[in-house]
Amino acid sequence: MAKTIHVDIVSAEGEVYSGPAEMVFVPAQEGELGIAPRHAPLLTLLKAGEVRVKDGETEHSVFVGGGALEVQPNHVMILADTAIRAKDLDEAAALEAKRRAEELLAGKIDKIEQAEALAELVRIAAQLKILEKLRKIRA
Amino acid sequence: MAGTKEIRTKIASVKSTQKITKAMQMVATSKMRRAQDRMKLARPYADKMRTVIGNLSQANPDYRHPFMATRDVKHVGVIIISTDRGLAGGLNANLFKQAINLFKEWQDKNVPVSLCLIGAKGAAFFRRLGMPILANVSGLGDRPHVADLIGTVKVMLDAYREGKIDKLFLVHAEFVNTMTQKPRIDQLLPVAVAPSSELQEHWDYIYEPSAGEILDGLLMRYVESQVYRGAVENVASEMAARMVAMKAATDNAGKLIGDLQLVYNKARQAAITTELAEIVGGAAAV
Repeated sequence: MAKTIHVDIVSAEGEVYSGPAEMVFVPAQEGELGIAPRHAPLLTLLKAGEVRVKDGETEHSVFVGGGALEVQPNHVMILADTAIRAKDLDEAAALEAKRRAEELLAGKIDKIEQAEALAELVRIAAQLKILEKLRKIRA
Repeated sequence: MAGTKEIRTKIASVKSTQKITKAMQMVATSKMRRAQDRMKLARPYADKMRTVIGNLSQANPDYRHPFMATRDVKHVGVIIISTDRGLAGGLNANLFKQAINLFKEWQDKNVPVSLCLIGAKGAAFFRRLGMPILANVSGLGDRPHVADLIGTVKVMLDAYREGKIDKLFLVHAEFVNTMTQKPRIDQLLPVAVAPSSELQEHWDYIYEPSAGEILDGLLMRYVESQVYRGAVENVASEMAARMVAMKAATDNAGKLIGDLQLVYNKARQAAITTELAEIVGGAAAV
């Protein structure tokens, strides 16, 4: 039997793949990498692309949105991203989060909150009345 | 006859409330199970990430990434994860109390605190405190995704990189078990990773492109995964707390219905007795 290397692909939202392989191909940032058993320790970042795990006759293919790759002589670990990321995309998301914070501080949702509080007050007042009645009946 | 009709209406209304709380309890139960599964699924990633970072800091002890270096604390950042919806018992209230204690601790040392809020309840609450809020996201739903958190986390990471904050905390509800959820405060930055003990000999990775860049990418993802884990755990806690709260509400409604029924029966009997007395009295008069 040919030598194998253990492959784990995990993402933050769950385990994607785990199993032995004769050869793994990954989309590294500097170009596609082929990893065979007993590869030297390596650490690199991945870009979005296909990870191919070759195990005998079968070949599994997993799409990753990017991530990191760690290679030890007997195992390969792929920390996959679940989200497609790019610098500008991340930047846009960050700006969006900031904008929401500013909106929050500016108090744009005041009216809705007020209405909610008012509705709550009416409900509680009604409940209190009923309780009062109950007490009277019991007494 | 006065009284009985009102009591009957009240019983009907309490019954429908009970139906709702019962339904909410069951929904929360099933959602809690799913959230627990997601919590389990998130674990291997964070564990493995920690291992790799541990290996890296051991293999390359000279290089210190800013995310790993401790510096004088002049400003603190806090990420607070709360729920979007209420009716979850004292879950959010306890969490906010802990968070405020944390703020006080730093403010007593004259260190200002900036916030990052995840979840609508926290946003509504902390807005009133008048503290600077750097980022905000809500409406993540019952299945938070890493993609929804990237921007929010990035704001805090950038603030740390630029020296606007020197420490970053994460506050969220920890899911201990179905009955117990407690607030939990974790330090996210600087990252404290214990080097893995199994690799004692000196060795190093091949880095492609460079150690700094890789560590940067890894640490960013590590922090994101921690926040994601916190968000998932918070959902599980929310569901558990809601389940317990709704169970209590259902039980209380049942008790109330029992009491009301008793009052109703008494009123009914009294009414019948008076009516009989009136008839008998009327017959005697004739």
